[in-house]
Amino acid sequence: MEYFEIFVLLMDATLRVATPLVLAAMAGMFSERSGIVDIGLEGKMLGAAFAAAAVAYVTGSAWLGLLGGIAVSMALSGLHAYACVTHNGNQVVSGMAINIVVAGLTPTLAFAWFRQGGQTPALTGDDRFSSLTLPFAEAVRDIPVIGYTYAELISGHNILVYIAAAAVPICAYILYRTRFGLRVRAVGENPHAVDTAGIVVSHLRYQALMVTGFLCGIAGSYLSTAHGAAFIRDMTAGKGYLALAALIFGKWRPVPTMFACLLFAFTDALQARLQGVDLPLVGAIPVQFIQALPYVLTVLLLAGFVGKAIPPKAIGEPYIKER
Amino acid sequence: MSDTSVKFGSPAKVPAWVNLVLVPLVNLLAAFLLSGVVILIIGDNPLQAMEVLIYGAFGYEEALGYTLYYTTNFIFTGLAVAIAFHCGLFNIGAEGQAMIGGLGVGLVALYLDVLPFALVVPIAILAAALFGGFWAAVPAYLQAKRGSHIVITTIMFNFIAASVLTYLLVEVLIAPGGQSPESREFAEHTWLPFFHNFLPLPETPLNISFIFALLLCVGFYYLMWHTRWGYEIRVTGQNETAAKYAGISPARNIILAMIISGALAGFVGVNEILGVHHRLILEFTGGFGFVGIAVALMGRNHPVGIFLAALLFGALYQGGSELAFEMKNINREMVIVIQGLIILFSGALEHMFRPTIENFFKKRSSSAAVEA
Repeated sequence: MEYFEIFVLLMDATLRVATPLVLAAMAGMFSERSGIVDIGLEGKMLGAAFAAAAVAYVTGSAWLGLLGGIAVSMALSGLHAYACVTHNGNQVVSGMAINIVVAGLTPTLAFAWFRQGGQTPALTGDDRFSSLTLPFAEAVRDIPVIGYTYAELISGHNILVYIAAAAVPICAYILYRTRFGLRVRAVGENPHAVDTAGIVVSHLRYQALMVTGFLCGIAGSYLSTAHGAAFIRDMTAGKGYLALAALIFGKWRPVPTMFACLLFAFTDALQARLQGVDLPLVGAIPVQFIQALPYVLTVLLLAGFVGKAIPPKAIGEPYIKER
Repeated sequence: MSDTSVKFGSPAKVPAWVNLVLVPLVNLLAAFLLSGVVILIIGDNPLQAMEVLIYGAFGYEEALGYTLYYTTNFIFTGLAVAIAFHCGLFNIGAEGQAMIGGLGVGLVALYLDVLPFALVVPIAILAAALFGGFWAAVPAYLQAKRGSHIVITTIMFNFIAASVLTYLLVEVLIAPGGQSPESREFAEHTWLPFFHNFLPLPETPLNISFIFALLLCVGFYYLMWHTRWGYEIRVTGQNETAAKYAGISPARNIILAMIISGALAGFVGVNEILGVHHRLILEFTGGFGFVGIAVALMGRNHPVGIFLAALLFGALYQGGSELAFEMKNINREMVIVIQGLIILFSGALEHMFRPTIENFFKKRSSSAAVEA
């Protein structure tokens, strides 16, 4: 029974770590399936995390904070679209530039506005999303296995975790069962064909990037107003890149991407758990080894040693309409 | 009609200085203007900030020493990114290659310090090149032979490099009895001479790797435009199919260009580890690899441009730390904002001002031709 409890707690931690990854990876999916490389997930999340914490602190409402986070992330996504779609700029450079600008701008503004060394003041009470207890969670806690799992693992998260969980089927539905999704997938594979069919490629890509901004905004807000209780400089700490890795690991498909996020989050939770623990046979596994594991796995996948990841065909190339 | 007459439909020539000087300057100006707006928003005077920045970067001998010390790193990473660009590759992994290059330098300085200065320094430089080159060769091989995209693999390799370095410093190379993840200090005879050791200058981190960087600029020019290797790399970058038909192997050149790129990035370790810190530490790369992208973009992949761009970023780095002292609302991160905006305007938005400027000069040159 004790092992089971440890396992449930481990999965519980996994869910909390996976939430921003899932949201950011779904965000990246819309951008990349529409043919725009997005290494700026990191910057958008960081910008949203700052905006959410700042707005939540000033207004005292986590929901307004979330709106602020989404707005900033969508504005940054709009900038990415403006550079890559309107001006046919290099998509990697644009994403890079956004990451660097945001990494500098957030602590600068935080320092100037809040005077706490590049952080926002700590959020309390209604300023942040608190955990929800699902109905009957306490009543069924004593039922072995199922009840315990329900009370510990399913119940007791904040609303954004459930939103992330819901985002996967919703994104999958949008991508595979709606006209918009079909067009996004088509424009990432063959923009010429989409253009021939009378659909404006640039509008479509702008729309896809707005969805990216929206989802990234939730992911960033989660970091500062739900998972944490303030904005700290560089609080994304590579999560945007990890989400990108998960997206590639999931071969740009919603459900496999979600599992990749869970896998990466699980390694993270496991690493926190295994710190300094001697395992039988292998001894203590270095923390850094487990930290590097998601990246190593992604490289192996990209190299075609584990499966094969085939990116959207038109990705990274600006579409220039023939005249 | 004179020779200057323009045939109908043929592209009007834009003067070279427009392309090489005016357009980059306009982009730079846009980045500075927007930075000024940011400074206004946080409640300081942008003009005063500019003054502090320039004085802090060039105003006195010590500042100049620091500026040139940062410039050295940016030359290394700028050249590294540029050679990859020439081959049509985006090396976003200069940061990781610099880390591993520094690791190579550190290992040599730690374990081969029985050798005299004249031997240990060249070996350390060679180690930086080999380690950095190896770290770039793996993604290059995967791009050339297995078709995995180099941007993604080099990003992943940055993270893996950070983990490797952290592991080694925490578990293996840590100084005996030390608390923080650093190696022991290197023996003094392995240190690179500082400029203030042989010139009457104030004490700064500027060391002879600056000269090495300048030599590499010359070498880079010679390699790219006066050797077969450079020619083949450029052909591969401009048109892979044409290269194939000309009997040039794209795979070979992709790997070659990336190895040179990684070696150049690895030299950051020579400046930082062997030149300044004299011990292996974490995070000595300080984002130089990423800024190298901006340096290469601004410098238009030419060594002269790269030197000037590196000087600009070196000045920003040094002047920026002065800003944090002098201005009440600005902290060190303001420099990162300016850097990011420069990358945005001279990289991602490079096509924003260019057509307008080019049209202006095309019109002028064609109307001048009509008058003649």
